[in-house]
Amino acid sequence: MQNTVRQSFWKKVNTYKTGTLFVLPFLVLYLVFVVAPIIVAIFLSMTNYNLFQVPDFIGLKNYELLFMGDDVFITAVANTAIFAVVSGPIGLIASFLFAWIINKAPFSKLFALLFYAPSLTSSIAMSVVWMYFFSPDRYGLVNNVLFNLGLINEPILWNTDPSTILLVIIVISIWMNMGSGFMVFLAGLKNTSQELREAGQIDGVRNATQELLYIVLPQLRPQILFGIINAVVNAFGVFDIALVVAGLPSPDYAGHTIVAHLYDYAFIRYEMGYAAAISVVLFLFTFGIGQLAIKFLSSKEG
Amino acid sequence: MSVEKGLKIRLRDGKIGRLSFGKFVGFLMLTAVAAFMALPLVYVVTTALKPLNELFYFPPRFFVESPTLKNFKDLFLALDGLDVPFTRSLFNSVFVTVTVVILVIVLTCMAAYGLVKHKVPFSNLIFSLILMGMMFSPYVIQIPNYLIVNGLGMVNSYWALIIPKIAVAYNLFLVRQFVQQIPDAFLEAARMDGASEMTIFFKIVMPSLKPVVATLAVFSFVNNWNDFFTPLIFIQNEALKPLPLAMQMISSGNSIARAGAVGAATFITVLPTVLIYVLMQKHVVDSMAYSGIK
Repeated sequence: MQNTVRQSFWKKVNTYKTGTLFVLPFLVLYLVFVVAPIIVAIFLSMTNYNLFQVPDFIGLKNYELLFMGDDVFITAVANTAIFAVVSGPIGLIASFLFAWIINKAPFSKLFALLFYAPSLTSSIAMSVVWMYFFSPDRYGLVNNVLFNLGLINEPILWNTDPSTILLVIIVISIWMNMGSGFMVFLAGLKNTSQELREAGQIDGVRNATQELLYIVLPQLRPQILFGIINAVVNAFGVFDIALVVAGLPSPDYAGHTIVAHLYDYAFIRYEMGYAAAISVVLFLFTFGIGQLAIKFLSSKEG
Repeated sequence: MSVEKGLKIRLRDGKIGRLSFGKFVGFLMLTAVAAFMALPLVYVVTTALKPLNELFYFPPRFFVESPTLKNFKDLFLALDGLDVPFTRSLFNSVFVTVTVVILVIVLTCMAAYGLVKHKVPFSNLIFSLILMGMMFSPYVIQIPNYLIVNGLGMVNSYWALIIPKIAVAYNLFLVRQFVQQIPDAFLEAARMDGASEMTIFFKIVMPSLKPVVATLAVFSFVNNWNDFFTPLIFIQNEALKPLPLAMQMISSGNSIARAGAVGAATFITVLPTVLIYVLMQKHVVDSMAYSGIK
């Protein structure tokens, strides 16, 4: 009896051994530097902690304050939601379409480089360019072009007028973040099978749109899933662009995002407990949407 | 059958095709969008070549009128007041980033292979943790992370810039998708032939993951090369600071006299990311040969 238990134990160890050894180095680093800090952050969200004194436990008070007593946070959630709903789908569809077109176009390598260029530079180098584009005077590139076309008589105050701040952030963000989704789609497209395409042509696929819908997209489901999660996380994590465009705090909080609120409390006011609560809420948003995407896209896998 | 009109052009596969008017307009539009996307790179190049007076034109101009290499000479030879030469910061960045990229590629692919193609205890839990990690804002993790890195005694060493940056949820998720596309029959056949797991991993799995490895290399190189926040909180020793912090040191100080050096430094900071991309892009395209295994 004991012998068979021992045998089945060693059998189990054997079946798990190889996989575990492959996973272990990554897993240990992941547990120490990602999972453990997340758990600490969840714990901190239920405390009052200013980095210098011992955290003191206050239960769910931070969350209560966040939703009941913090109007600026509600504004931040609304801004982030608008940003996500607009920039997420546009960025995703644009990065896929450009990958698809460029994959077939002549000089595809050069075009791929040009499209990935914004993602290669650091945001510090980029901010100079944005300020030149959206400068709120006659000399800003966008205003200058609109003047010359006779569309406006007075410069648009792109980064100081609350009604345009979010628009500018969305445009810049799509420009900057399209690169990673674009690359993943391009790598996926290189891997789509030529035989399936030919088979499709025999089966009556006539034009590019049909090929896209029936042959290419179904093969790219993993890349699309990755693209969606990438877009969601990017959209809910928007901050540095908002900071460069509109400052902190921005006029009327028009460029205030969830992460801007988090940064404000964590690194300006040093209220780490409250900041941690914001990050937990942020996490719940993105995790929920990500789960939906996974459910929706893998249900067909069967 | 309609007769195709338009210009003759050579397609990528070497065939001669005809470029219709519609396609030509599409190509022009693509070129316009691509030019717009590439503006930051062009701006970085022109700024590095601008003589001092052109850097302070108002309104600023995009292009350079009388290009000069003086900025680079200043940066490497004549920047006084810096405790550490610029070349040392350059070395720090190269060493840290290359080490991180190699470890990221090997450990991430190993983990993805183990999770997808082998039995691993709690594999569902592990995958849930990976998904969770992808969706947590990096900003608050930084504080608990500092406590951990400090506790391990890695602050003020290269380790602080390397070890915590290896296991990235995002990367594992990306590679996992590609490992799933490797057919089991392929691996089984190799096992029948008596190949060890390590041989299978390095001889079959890694080569068939080439496109995603190239993508991974580009992503993690760019992210770590440009990372400003991690060295900011972990490195106080001037000799260990990488380029983004060095750039900050150069641009603080006498900012007007050094504006040219900042332009040159920006150029040198951006150049390797473009190079690694161009280098890896070739592999992404070459690896099309492996797509036959599906």
